[in-house]
Amino acid sequence: MATPKKGRNASAQSKPGRSLALILIAIAALTGGMFASGHTTPRLGIDLAGGTSITLRAVPEAGNESAINKTNMDTAVSIMERRVNGLGVQEAEVQTQGRDNIIVNIPKGTNSEQARKQVGTTAKLYFRPVIATEVSGGGAAKPSPSPTGSPTGKPSGKATERPEVTDKGSASPSASPTTQGRAVTDALKASPTPSASASDQAKASPSASASGGTGADDPGKLQERYAKLDCTDPKTRSSVGDGVKASQSTLACGKNSGGQWQKYILGPAEVDGTDVDKAQATLNTQTGAGWTVQMDFTNGGAKKFGAITGKLAQNQPPQNQFAIVLDGDVVSDPSVRQALTGGNAEISGNFTQQSAQELANMLSYGALPLTFKVDSMNTVTAALGGDQLQAGLIAGAIGLALVVIYLLLYYRGLSFIAILSLLVSAALTYTLMSLLGPAIGFALNLPAVCGAIVAIGITADSFIVYFERVRDEIREGRSLRPAVERAWPRARRTILVSDFVSFLAAAVLFIVTVGKVQGFAFTLGLTTLLDVVVVFLFTKPLLTLMARRPFFANGHKWSGLDPKSLGAQPPLRRTRRPSAPIETKEA
Amino acid sequence: MSKLGTLGARLHRGEIGYDFVKNRRIWYGLSILITITAIVGLAVRGLNMGIEFQGGAVFNTPKNTSVSVLKAEEYAEEASGHDAIVQKLGDGSLRIQVAGIDTGAASKIKASLADDFEIDPEQINAELVGPSWGEQIANKAWQGLGIFMVLVVIYLAIAFEWRMAVAAFVALIHDITITVGIYALVGFEVTPGTVIGLLTILGYSLYDTVVVFDSLKEQTKDITKQTRWTYSDVANRSINSTLVRSINTTVVALLPVAGLLFIGGGVLGAGMLNDISLSLFVGLAAGAYSSIFIATPLVADLKEREPQMKALKKRVLAKRAQQEETSRPEAADEAYAGEPGDAAAAVVGPRNQPASRSRGRGRPSGKRR
Repeated sequence: MATPKKGRNASAQSKPGRSLALILIAIAALTGGMFASGHTTPRLGIDLAGGTSITLRAVPEAGNESAINKTNMDTAVSIMERRVNGLGVQEAEVQTQGRDNIIVNIPKGTNSEQARKQVGTTAKLYFRPVIATEVSGGGAAKPSPSPTGSPTGKPSGKATERPEVTDKGSASPSASPTTQGRAVTDALKASPTPSASASDQAKASPSASASGGTGADDPGKLQERYAKLDCTDPKTRSSVGDGVKASQSTLACGKNSGGQWQKYILGPAEVDGTDVDKAQATLNTQTGAGWTVQMDFTNGGAKKFGAITGKLAQNQPPQNQFAIVLDGDVVSDPSVRQALTGGNAEISGNFTQQSAQELANMLSYGALPLTFKVDSMNTVTAALGGDQLQAGLIAGAIGLALVVIYLLLYYRGLSFIAILSLLVSAALTYTLMSLLGPAIGFALNLPAVCGAIVAIGITADSFIVYFERVRDEIREGRSLRPAVERAWPRARRTILVSDFVSFLAAAVLFIVTVGKVQGFAFTLGLTTLLDVVVVFLFTKPLLTLMARRPFFANGHKWSGLDPKSLGAQPPLRRTRRPSAPIETKEA
Repeated sequence: MSKLGTLGARLHRGEIGYDFVKNRRIWYGLSILITITAIVGLAVRGLNMGIEFQGGAVFNTPKNTSVSVLKAEEYAEEASGHDAIVQKLGDGSLRIQVAGIDTGAASKIKASLADDFEIDPEQINAELVGPSWGEQIANKAWQGLGIFMVLVVIYLAIAFEWRMAVAAFVALIHDITITVGIYALVGFEVTPGTVIGLLTILGYSLYDTVVVFDSLKEQTKDITKQTRWTYSDVANRSINSTLVRSINTTVVALLPVAGLLFIGGGVLGAGMLNDISLSLFVGLAAGAYSSIFIATPLVADLKEREPQMKALKKRVLAKRAQQEETSRPEAADEAYAGEPGDAAAAVVGPRNQPASRSRGRGRPSGKRR
């Protein structure tokens, strides 16, 4: 260490102490973080630790009893699977039971209330035209909120904050300032500006709804209920849209961009969730609209959507808006400036990445004609008995002990480096898995445990490849230190090439698949990365350091690097000896 | 160990070695035989899909059932002849899931269970359950697998060459077929754990093949610049020189899995562990075997068809014939075994390359690089 090697490729190898320190600090930090967060064991999957079982009963829409069928139930299962499993590492299980039940099993330690909410909202999605809307500020009768509301609302700002639907295909009108479309949209944008504040909209609404009460069963009564509706009351909110058919006008609540509750009178549904083919959140950097949600409609949906937007675009605000209603809540109420016939649309507003993705998710997977009621919630024990886990652990430990014995016999002194590397790898894996439990809901199930056991083989292989290279170099008559350095580039290439294949498998499976396969891919990717990290930052530097110890460098019989027992070629050793002093000077 | 150590040294020097490439027909034959057995087993017996894939029946016992989970599992498996998953619910009732049951069989099992539990059959609630590993998960898994296969073949074709990509692909199919076939023959139930195990094998099989190919690629770099060895010879040496690594890695990877399978599954009787560890054990062993006995000889076979390699073979054979003429006792085989001290310095054999290079350098100047 005292004499820096000038000629050598001066990468991390030249400073073995530094890499070792780095990885030890990393272990210490991860362990510290693990104890600080209080999650000292990995979260176990439902097969190992049990969890909570939620039974849901499907409730068909009024007058649509046939909606409970195998196809719809299977769709519901995959939607719930998707929601409750998010990243695929949560290890939740979803299955149908009987004709109209769905069971959701979530592992212990998951927020079961949140999971219940995730599966309980089944996403019945409708696009309804807005007939009237106003802020529901804890009592619409009070005059004070609206005056205070309008100044803070900043007329111009308010107008731009309103979500807008634009045609994705036509590269969004605002991006083409020379066309006529721009003028039209500008005009439309300009005129609502003064009236965009909440109080003004409210004023406009009564007359609007009176004239435009299309298909409302009882416009007068709806109007009356609308006046009384207080969206800040959660109880009112949850019951406001109950029992309303898609073809009826309805009342609804939703949060506006300012975080206030807004109440709506909505016309009959024109387009519903089944018409959306897929939706995704995208960051629109072209127009500076920030996070937006892009929707692709099915053929039928595109026609319907074109028709409704064509109609709405001619209306005055707020009737140029339509509301995207999910399970009775208005999740977005974009305004329309022109007929959108391209079969796709973009919803812009002040979305964050998360809210855009949530909406996209709901649009993508919200096409169900069923609602679900939570029937029961119950704890369940592990599907695999505790004795099985124990048996597995004992068996695994015996297997590991055999590995250690084998390495000791074969590699002797060198095996300590191998065993230490395995320990470092195990420590990193364990702490990371423990920390990933609370962070992304990672849960360890039995297949993952077995995967980790196979990972021992792959990790060990990396240093077996390296050790064998070093021994080959010694057999060719090199002394240990140059052998360690010369063997490294070749071993490194082998390790990187082969680990890349494993990582490729992990990455592809993680991106493409869902559910348990995704969870597996995550574990595989993690262990592969750790393998590379451990070999580069621990095994190699440690071997470099150890090569300086006389025990190894002089080829002690128990070092595992004894040239004689390795069968280094005598003639070569003879020729090498004279050059030895030169070598040490150089190194 | 010392014996193993010298074995490594002798393998390294090429003093001893098994001619994998020459005897490849035997191993091809063996593999084809096993594969056919596997396929026949698969076709005749089919796979025994678990409840997670095909659904089945669920029996809910009344609250505070006194039977233990373990006992219930036994009863249920006895009554149905299938693997059962038993879970205890918070209120003390049991949920027993059994695969592959239709309505008729369900009522029979229900009666038998009620008998075992000593409760009224009416109190057991039987229903059909759907698969938790739905079609969507399966379809996406296939899709992911397809994409991965295409990408990995492209990657191997670029990083190595297309012949190696083909050989690695054949070896992979070989491993998967054997493992799946064993499942069909043994009749173990296929669970999500099995599928995960299969995917693990897929990764491992490729990994192992790539390690062997990497050494092959390195040793055949300058193969056309010499006339002593054919491609098959070099491929064979490459396998032999990485043999110690292959053995060590396989032992280290197999020992823990063997522990799970034989001690955990066999002695301690952890049923579910059997499923996964069996697929891992068979797959890992097949993966290690196929990299050496199938993939590399296959590359050699494909390579020897190349005009360049054919020409090389011709030159090598001509040279060997010539040598045989000049010195009778020296058989061609011995020449192939090749002692590095040979004076024919113009011929740079792959195995001796580093040695002769370093000697050449070491002698005149003492400079190492």
